[in-house]
Amino acid sequence: MANVPDAPKESFRLSMLLYDTRYRSLTIQVFVFMLFMAGAAWLVDNTIRNLAALGKDFNFGFLWNRAGYDISQRLVEYTNDSSHGRAMLVGLLNTLLVAFLGCLAATVIGVLVGVLRLSKNWLVGRLMTAYVELFRNIPLLLWIILIYAVFTEATPAPNAFRPNPETGIASQSMFLDAIAVTNRYTAVPNPVFSRELGWLNLGLFYVNLDVIAVIAAAVLGWWLNRMVKARATRIQNATGIRPATWWSSLLLLVGLPVAVLLGLGFHLEYPGLKGFNFVGGINVSNSFMALWLALSLYTGAFIAEIVRAGIMAISRGQSEAAFALGLRPGRTMSLVILPQALRVIIPPLISQYLNLTKNSSLAIAVGYLDLRGTLGGITLNQTGRELECVLLMMLIYLTISLLISGAMNVYNASVKLKER
Amino acid sequence: MKQSVFLGTLTAAGLAAGVASAATLDDVKARGELNCGVSTGLTGFSLPDANGNWTGFDVSFCRAVAAAVLGDGSKVKFVPTTGQTRFTALASGEVDVLARNSTWTFSRDTDLKLDFIGVNYYDGQGFMVRKDLGVTSAKELDGATVCIQTGTTTELNLADWFKINNLSYTPVAIETNAEGEQQYAAGACDAYTTDASGLASTRAAFADPENHIILPEIISKEPLGPATRHGDNEWTDIVRWTLNALIAAEEYGVTSANMDELAASSPNPEIRRLLGVEGDLGPMIRLDKGWAKRAIAVGGNYGEIFAATIGEATPIGLARGLNAQWTQGGLLYAPPFR
Repeated sequence: MANVPDAPKESFRLSMLLYDTRYRSLTIQVFVFMLFMAGAAWLVDNTIRNLAALGKDFNFGFLWNRAGYDISQRLVEYTNDSSHGRAMLVGLLNTLLVAFLGCLAATVIGVLVGVLRLSKNWLVGRLMTAYVELFRNIPLLLWIILIYAVFTEATPAPNAFRPNPETGIASQSMFLDAIAVTNRYTAVPNPVFSRELGWLNLGLFYVNLDVIAVIAAAVLGWWLNRMVKARATRIQNATGIRPATWWSSLLLLVGLPVAVLLGLGFHLEYPGLKGFNFVGGINVSNSFMALWLALSLYTGAFIAEIVRAGIMAISRGQSEAAFALGLRPGRTMSLVILPQALRVIIPPLISQYLNLTKNSSLAIAVGYLDLRGTLGGITLNQTGRELECVLLMMLIYLTISLLISGAMNVYNASVKLKER
Repeated sequence: MKQSVFLGTLTAAGLAAGVASAATLDDVKARGELNCGVSTGLTGFSLPDANGNWTGFDVSFCRAVAAAVLGDGSKVKFVPTTGQTRFTALASGEVDVLARNSTWTFSRDTDLKLDFIGVNYYDGQGFMVRKDLGVTSAKELDGATVCIQTGTTTELNLADWFKINNLSYTPVAIETNAEGEQQYAAGACDAYTTDASGLASTRAAFADPENHIILPEIISKEPLGPATRHGDNEWTDIVRWTLNALIAAEEYGVTSANMDELAASSPNPEIRRLLGVEGDLGPMIRLDKGWAKRAIAVGGNYGEIFAATIGEATPIGLARGLNAQWTQGGLLYAPPFR
């Protein structure tokens, strides 16, 4: 019987790390990782050394000190006696406000323009192309500054709305006696409730219970409307006849909130010129308007292209099939094309929302006090805590972006192609 | 093995970067140029002319320091800084000295780790409004919109003053003086507030200075002075005594015109020490004997600089006021050169 020796058992040698393809990729990865960590360690070490050399410490205690400066646009209670942390919150809310309204407006503009760019009407199609190319090819900062300059230079000062003492006629009159566009702000009526339900203390800020009541009524109406529709569908499935629901929908979706509004004594307080400025209404600052318009128009141009790409990605067969079934073009778009196009549109749309939110930090160019303006601007400057402020600001922007991205991913999962 | 060598190199590089800015005097001498932080443009204090040459009150001080240290008043690189970037620029070593009408305050001197070397202009915060507004006192500004440079002490003074007087206002935050001028001129704010000297300088730059008035209220103390980094005492001494030399020169009547004559013939030992004819003051701060003489030669003594840049003969037209010598009823008082 021949003695069959075992296959020679290869012992591990150090050179195999480099010459053996089984190990080589691992070696490279480990090496690159170590380089990266060394780089990071060097940065941290350098920072600590430099801080020590300057005699500076690293702490966030300044956030509880008195801020001492004023902020003109504030969504929550704030005075110059509040803390730097509070000023940061005011700035954060200003950032969120412009980002939210910007995303909303950009989406509306983007979807409209994206669909209209595909229009067979030559003029409409070309106009939309011109808009898209004009806005996405010029830096956002320039648009912000341009719109701000137009507001500042081309609109009248609040003084122009004052009647001349001799003739009794003002050189400018308010639009519908309610809205005044000035070179400082746009004065608009202020919604108020004559029956105050009081304020709810949420720890960080107060929330008006009247507003909560109206929102609750709207949500309740929407939910009841869904029940009514589900019932109609059940009856339709059982009997083949769908009962009319339009009047109950109207009542629930519009009637209920309006009833609550009226019950609470909702009315508008109109702005009036008193002293140097308009008082009584809400003064929407020009810096906010410029930032919001520029962000919406700029990002809207990108979203338009994304929407157009999404629609064009749907094969012609889909619309032909829909036409064959007798659907009108409008319904074909809303029922067949757009739902499928959403799958293509949502992922790049997420990054546009993130871009818009981050781009809102350009607010500093027009003196809109957002997070960058308060925490990263005045607070940083008055306290001299550059490292802490910038790190905190980065952390907050990162958190906002991750939250937006997370929420949009959930939405994306609900509209994407379900494979069964 | 190789990796540890590599890591060692990295550590050494980190160390080198960490201790880069310890001896500013040696750095400046090695560079052959003084980096001086100035404002982005304030008529009379620091403003580049059509050819890019910087002129002004703060600029002249930078040139005096350069002349004392490097022997040539033109060897200055002017770094324009905004109200927001100025202290970071100094702390990071981007500039060696900050001569940017900055107010000397407790927290800046201590917490921000700066060293204010003295006061080169005693100022106070004021308001400027259009004449046709009919306002004659700042107390009539209730409800007004006020333009204010962010990151400045004036921003905090403004908030305090309106609070104390129980008045309301709307702040419009601006970044630079130029932006403030533009916003104010466009009527986007009723009043513009900054140091009274800055208001005078801004008004002088308008096409119609007669249509704007500076209100009588001065709402704060604003001692403006050059600053250096905390911790480098040798460099701080050089900058401090350059300013003192300019002030002392005016007190003793030493001007750029008569300094050679005085150096040769003056019997006053203080003047002789200042001009380096007698004593060893220069070597005590690691400079040569003629340092102060060169500093004075560039733009003249304090009074000459004042008259040439912001004085009553210039469009800015500031009176000496508090900034006169102590012998003339002002606050300028240089310690003895001894």
